[in-house]
Amino acid sequence: MMRAFLTSAARNWPVSLGAILLLVILFMALTAGIFFPEGPYVSVGRPLQWPGDLAGAPMGTDALGRNMAAGIFYGARISLLVGFASVAVALIFGIVVGAYAGYYGGWIDNLLMRATELFQTIPQFMLAIVVVAIFGPTIKVIVFALAVVSWPAIARLVRGEFMVIRERAYIQGCIVLGMKDTRIIFTQILPNALSGVMVMSTVLVATAILMESALSFLGFGDPNVITWGSMIGSGRNNMRDAWYIITIPGLCLLITALALNLVGNGLTDLMNPRLRKRKVK
Amino acid sequence: MSTSSRSRPWIFLGKRLAYGLLAILAIAVINFFLLKMAPGDAAEAMAGEAGTATPEYIAELRAQFGLDQPVLVQLGHFLARLATFDLGYSFRYGEDNVTLIFDRLPATLMLMSASLLVAVIGGIIFGVTAARYANRAPDQAISLVALLLYATPPYWIGLILILVFSVWLGWTPTSGMVDVLAFNTGWAHVVDVAHHMILPALTQAFFYLAIYIRLVRAGMLDVLSLDFVRVARAKGISESRIMYRHALRNAVLPLLTVVGTNLGGFLGGAVLTETVFSWPGVGRLMFDAMFARDLNLLLSILVLSSAFVVLTNLVVDLLYVVINPTVELK
Repeated sequence: MMRAFLTSAARNWPVSLGAILLLVILFMALTAGIFFPEGPYVSVGRPLQWPGDLAGAPMGTDALGRNMAAGIFYGARISLLVGFASVAVALIFGIVVGAYAGYYGGWIDNLLMRATELFQTIPQFMLAIVVVAIFGPTIKVIVFALAVVSWPAIARLVRGEFMVIRERAYIQGCIVLGMKDTRIIFTQILPNALSGVMVMSTVLVATAILMESALSFLGFGDPNVITWGSMIGSGRNNMRDAWYIITIPGLCLLITALALNLVGNGLTDLMNPRLRKRKVK
Repeated sequence: MSTSSRSRPWIFLGKRLAYGLLAILAIAVINFFLLKMAPGDAAEAMAGEAGTATPEYIAELRAQFGLDQPVLVQLGHFLARLATFDLGYSFRYGEDNVTLIFDRLPATLMLMSASLLVAVIGGIIFGVTAARYANRAPDQAISLVALLLYATPPYWIGLILILVFSVWLGWTPTSGMVDVLAFNTGWAHVVDVAHHMILPALTQAFFYLAIYIRLVRAGMLDVLSLDFVRVARAKGISESRIMYRHALRNAVLPLLTVVGTNLGGFLGGAVLTETVFSWPGVGRLMFDAMFARDLNLLLSILVLSSAFVVLTNLVVDLLYVVINPTVELK
C-alpha cells in the first residue's frame, strides 16, 4: 500500500517537484542563521550592487547595502512560519465549526453556516488589513488576521464531508453503542474527513503566504522582521535601475506558492481514484 | 416541480432581500465590536487630531459622541446612524466618510468591471481551448500558465508589467488614471483613461483568470462527454460551434456563482492594484487611511464594501434563476 503510494508519487512528477522545491525553501529557512550569522540587517558593501558584482552577496545588495541573499533566507522563515501557523489556527476553528454544523444539522448548521458565509462575504484582504490596523502589526496579529480570513473555506469543506459520513452505517452503530457525540465527531468521523482538508490546507498555506507578503509589501507587516513582501516594497523605489531587488523575492514567493499548489493538486489526484481514471481515458 | 415556487417569485425575492439586510446588519455589528477592541477610542483619536488633549476636553468629547454610555446603547446609536448612511467624519480628510468613499467608488468600479471582463472572457476562451485540446500541447501550455498565474503575487505582476511595458518599452503610463498635464476632454479623455487602465486591469485580472480557466476547462470536459455533444458531432456541426454554442452554455453556469463569490476578492485586491498604480479609487483610499491610522474610515470602507458584495450577490442569485430555468427557488 505504502509502496504503491510512493511509486505513484514518483510517477506523478509535479508532486515530487513541488515537494523538492518546498524542501529547498525549508532548507533556506532553517540555515539562515548558519549562512548569515550577522543577520539580514547589516550592510555588507556598497548599495545597489547587482548579483555577481560583490563576492559574498550572490543576489546583490539592496538600497542600504544589505545582503539580498540574507534577506531571502531570513524571509523564507517568516513566509513559512506565517503561512503554516495561520492555516493551523484556521484549521482548528474551521474544523470545529464545520464538524458541529455537519454533524448536528438543523438550526445549528443553519446558524454556523450563515456566519461562515458572512465571513466569506467580507472582502478578505480588507478584513486582514483592518485586523492588523486594530491590534497592531506583529507576527502574532498577522497570523491571527490570516486565520480569520482562511477558516470559512475549511469549515464549509468539513461540513460537507461530515454530512456524508454521518449517514454511514458505522456511525449509526456508534450512536447505538451509546458513544458521546463529541467522541463520534473527533475520533470516528474526523479522521475520515481529513484527507480533503489536508489538500485544501496546502493551497490555503500558499494563499496565506501571498497575503502576508502583500501586507508586508504595503508596509503593514511586522516592522521588526525582513520579509519577501517588504523587500519588494522597499525595492520599488529603485525599480528602474535595480530591478533585481523586486524580481528575486517575487520569484521566491512564486516558487513557494507554486510548490504548495503542485503538492496540493497532486495529492488530490492521488487520493481520488476516480479522477485518475478519467485522466487515463 | 419548480412551477409552484416559480409562480411566486416575490416570496423568494423578499427572503433573499431580508437575508441580505441581515447580513449587512451582522457585518456592521462585527465592525462595531472590532472598533471597540482597538486601543483608545474615537474621542482620544479626535483629541489627538485636534492637538489639544486635556482630560477635560476628552471627557467632553466622549459625552458629546455618547462614548460614556453603555456599549449596547452605543451599538444602537451606531446602527441608527448607519441606517441614515452616516458613517462619521474623517478629520484627516475634513470630509464625511460616506462622501469620501462614494467619490472614489466610480474609479474602483470601472477598474473592477474591466478586470472582471478580462478574467471572464479570457477564462472562457482559454478554458474552452484547453478543454478542446484536452491533455495535448495547447491544454498543457494553458494549464501551466494558469498554474503560474495562480501562484504569483498579483501586486508583483503589476510591478513587473510596469517595468516591462512602461519603463522599458514606454507603451503605457506608469501610474494614475489620467494624464494630468493634458487636460483632455471628450473622446480624448476616454482614450486616456483606457490607456491608463490597461496595466491595472490586467494585473487585477490575472489571478482570477487562472481560476476561471480551470473552472471552464473542468466544466467543459464534463459536458463534452455527454450524449448530446456526440449527437451534435454526428450531425456534422462544426467543432467551434459545438464548443461555444452547445457545450459552453451548460458549462458556464458555475462560473457565474464563482464570479459572485469573487467580488469581495476583487475589492480586496483593489487595495493592492490601486496602490501599485496610484489609481484614485477606494482601495487607494484604504491604503491612505491605514497609513493615517484613520480607523473609522477603514471600518467604513469595510462595511460599505461588504454591503456592496452582499447586494451584488443578490443580483447574481437572481440572474442565475433567470439564466437557468431548472433552478428551484427556495
